[in-house]
Amino acid sequence: MQLTVWTYEGPPHIGAMRIANSMDGLHYVLHAPQGDTYADLLFTMIERNDKRPPVTYTTFQARDLGGDTAELFKSSARAAYDRFRPEAMIVGASCTAELIQDDPGGLAKALALDCPVIPLDLPAYQKKENWGAAETFYQLVRAFAGTRAPAPGAERPERAAGERARCNILGPTSLGFRNRDDVTEILRLLADLKIEVNVVAPQGARPTDLARLPDADFNIVLYPEVAQNAANWLKRTFGQPFTTTVPIGVGATRAFVREVCELAGVDATAFLSRERSRLPWYSRSIDSTYLTGKRVFIFGDATHAIAAAKVANSELGFKVVGLGTYSREFARDVREAAKEYGVEALITDDYLEVEQAVRDLHPELVLGTQMERHIAKRLGVPCAVISAPIHVQDFPARYAPQMGFEGANVLFDTWVHPLMMGLEEHLLQMFRDDFEFHDGAGPSHLGGHGGARETVADAPVTVAVAAAVATDTLVLETPVHAVANDPGGWAAEAEKELAKIPFFVRGKARRNTERYAEERGIKTITIETLYDAKAHFSR
Amino acid sequence: MTSVLASAKALSKEACATGERPVLRERGQREVFCGLTGIIWLHRKIQDAFFLVVGSRTCAHLIQSAAGVMIFAEPRFATAILDERDLAGLADANEELDRVVGRLLERRPDIRMLFLVGSCPSEVIKLDLSRAAERLSVQHAPNVRILNYSGSGIETTFTQGEDACLAALVPQLPERTEATPHLLVAGALADIVEDQFRRIFTELGMTDVAFLPPRKSSDLPAVGPGTRVLLAQPFLTDTTARLQERGCEILAAPFPYGVEGTMAWLRTVADLWGVPRARFEEVVAPAAARARKALEAHKFRLAGKRVFFFPDSQLEIPLARFLHEELDMMPVEVGTPYLNQKQMAFDLAKLPAETLVSEGQDVERQLDRCREAKPDLIVCGLGLANPLEAEGFTTKWSIELLFTPVQGFEQAGDLAELFTRPLLRRTRLEV
Repeated sequence: MQLTVWTYEGPPHIGAMRIANSMDGLHYVLHAPQGDTYADLLFTMIERNDKRPPVTYTTFQARDLGGDTAELFKSSARAAYDRFRPEAMIVGASCTAELIQDDPGGLAKALALDCPVIPLDLPAYQKKENWGAAETFYQLVRAFAGTRAPAPGAERPERAAGERARCNILGPTSLGFRNRDDVTEILRLLADLKIEVNVVAPQGARPTDLARLPDADFNIVLYPEVAQNAANWLKRTFGQPFTTTVPIGVGATRAFVREVCELAGVDATAFLSRERSRLPWYSRSIDSTYLTGKRVFIFGDATHAIAAAKVANSELGFKVVGLGTYSREFARDVREAAKEYGVEALITDDYLEVEQAVRDLHPELVLGTQMERHIAKRLGVPCAVISAPIHVQDFPARYAPQMGFEGANVLFDTWVHPLMMGLEEHLLQMFRDDFEFHDGAGPSHLGGHGGARETVADAPVTVAVAAAVATDTLVLETPVHAVANDPGGWAAEAEKELAKIPFFVRGKARRNTERYAEERGIKTITIETLYDAKAHFSR
Repeated sequence: MTSVLASAKALSKEACATGERPVLRERGQREVFCGLTGIIWLHRKIQDAFFLVVGSRTCAHLIQSAAGVMIFAEPRFATAILDERDLAGLADANEELDRVVGRLLERRPDIRMLFLVGSCPSEVIKLDLSRAAERLSVQHAPNVRILNYSGSGIETTFTQGEDACLAALVPQLPERTEATPHLLVAGALADIVEDQFRRIFTELGMTDVAFLPPRKSSDLPAVGPGTRVLLAQPFLTDTTARLQERGCEILAAPFPYGVEGTMAWLRTVADLWGVPRARFEEVVAPAAARARKALEAHKFRLAGKRVFFFPDSQLEIPLARFLHEELDMMPVEVGTPYLNQKQMAFDLAKLPAETLVSEGQDVERQLDRCREAKPDLIVCGLGLANPLEAEGFTTKWSIELLFTPVQGFEQAGDLAELFTRPLLRRTRLEV
């Protein structure tokens, strides 16, 4: 039993719904109690779809439990088929239906409907949304492409000379973070490289399109969380190689181009000879100097978190102080990536743990999900969203991919924009007590910050910050600033001096000073101790 | 044939036989929320209460999604997610629950009342939350009172969650021994609406008025044979039953929507308390006049328009009454998840004969009827609204009717505005 405030992923049947909603001609019959239909709003409200997701729910109630829920499933499946006439159906159970063990797969089979029916077994008490999406996609690919499997050991026929290489794009789904625009961006990129696209799936594909997957020379795995299982199977069964680079950031996009061209037998040199993103120059432009070493905390699904760390570190010159994911299936990849930055990966789906990590690490920027956006807002740290779980704001009206060269431009803008501009930051350090231009006011180009500073005699901003920290969440662990409340800890003068340090580094300064004092057995922290510690830790 | 007209005709034949209002009863896919959704407003209403859902990841995901995705950074609700170990019996689910509750209360010492909220999975595995609540109450007394109710989809639809929650509160209410009548207003109202009603009651000379739920769990109203219960919400079937068991008398009244609804609602108690009619008129006249004026502004946009209600919150019938009686709209079909004929009697009687009243749902068939009826405005849930808009219909998403203060005189105009806005918006947009 796990205490959960917010969840990063829904149950696995939501993953299956995302696949069903991504495709055309596919219908999902879900054995589920009344109330589970809430999931429709994810698609109609958050993604603003103009039609209902292709899902029929049995919506059983208590009175049905005494009767025949299996019969209810059968009549629902039959009615759904008659009404929607899908090319194929997937059937399964949500968490509650799993407990009543009606076997939707077997029941649907008994109906002998005039279309393929793929049963899904998605254990709701073990697995989560992304796993459910990956499993559903894999089962569909197997079901439709499986009939074309060559004899084991058969060689893959060579592409005819002069024939263009073809690939599939695997992974984009409904409710995926910026998937819509990523696909457009990657399609443009492939068109420029003169590589043909055979099928994009699941987004926009029909079940019959899945049967055509083996026609491609290789697969592009855009979102491993959804497509890795299917790609592995396609490789085993049809000898189709797949890409391993996710094209987020300039470096990764260039590596992706090289990888794809290698697989397609295309020369990438000419294409790569020209700089195609503004990010490199913007990042080298001297106004970006202030980005150097900005402490950034990153959390999201594995794909986006790993990519964000790379971009933050190598393309914007930030310092990655925390990296984590809720995608347990990809924990190993994230752990490995974290090693590169000398940090320990945070693998958790517990929102409270993430919050504690952000608190402890005092980042100057958080790159996370909507959940981290809330954490950052509470802690007064700038934030940009890089990953699902999805929010209505993650479906912008404008074109805003994360992938490819245009994606890199988008990353630069979205991550840099929330930060304090360079000169503003300096001025804050120099003139701290200006009544309207103070660190509590936040970046002047962003709205929503307080006006004049509250002047309370001998109540430095830290007190307010500490108070906020102590009261604003479920977390009642030892307050970060426990020492501050200890009269023997900080001398009043030192505490005042600390308050003059800008808020975005103040926490770190406090922590370092306290550690310094503790290691040396210093009982009272004075101004001297503060500056000794500063010299000691100066980077 | 599934048209509204055909259904209504078929039903009216049946009705002639029984003499009752015909109701179309549907049993198919129900596109409704479960009772857990009520937590979203209940946890804001009772300010020292915490709602712990004992359920699955789906439950947690539902509340998060229905709450407009994390509008409250610091919610007083959470989910204890059952995992495989809890189901397989490897971990005693009760022990696990005790651990989770202990951890939660340690973190939130400000919590005085904890609701263990049952869900579909907890009901199906028959996890006895009432025993758990008893056990934990002993453990955490006197700081925290621990109660339980079910918000599961197999037992409750949307607002029935509030009904179940309040019903669970009733046995906790202190005993009131005085036989002198006093008033209890049942059903969660926005604080501002509650304050308005309290002022009116005071002016009418009624000072002994309490509200259920209270804003603080320490302010539980006492009830007894002297208690007269006025329902502020139309979905409190179980709560009224529990209150009757405590000797309370439930007043027969319409619901306080619009001028007429509010007027009749207040008059029910004023008459009972023997407030002279002249005094009553004097007290309510200014607010009623303001409300009438506010409604006039909307009437010309809404009059003659045909409205179709999909079932959602049980507010449908009183709202349809309001739109018909006070704004001259024509309800084509009024769907409600559950129809309590007795509590709805006043509002139901005011609906025109040609209005089809339906209970329960078969969403696909209802959509067929709706498309055929081509109403000017459709009141429906979040899953249906955008797809219907895309088909060219104008919709009002029904959850807003619960999340907005809409009862009473001062809100009559706001309530009308919720229906006007989508129509107005359509005329305004040129894209």
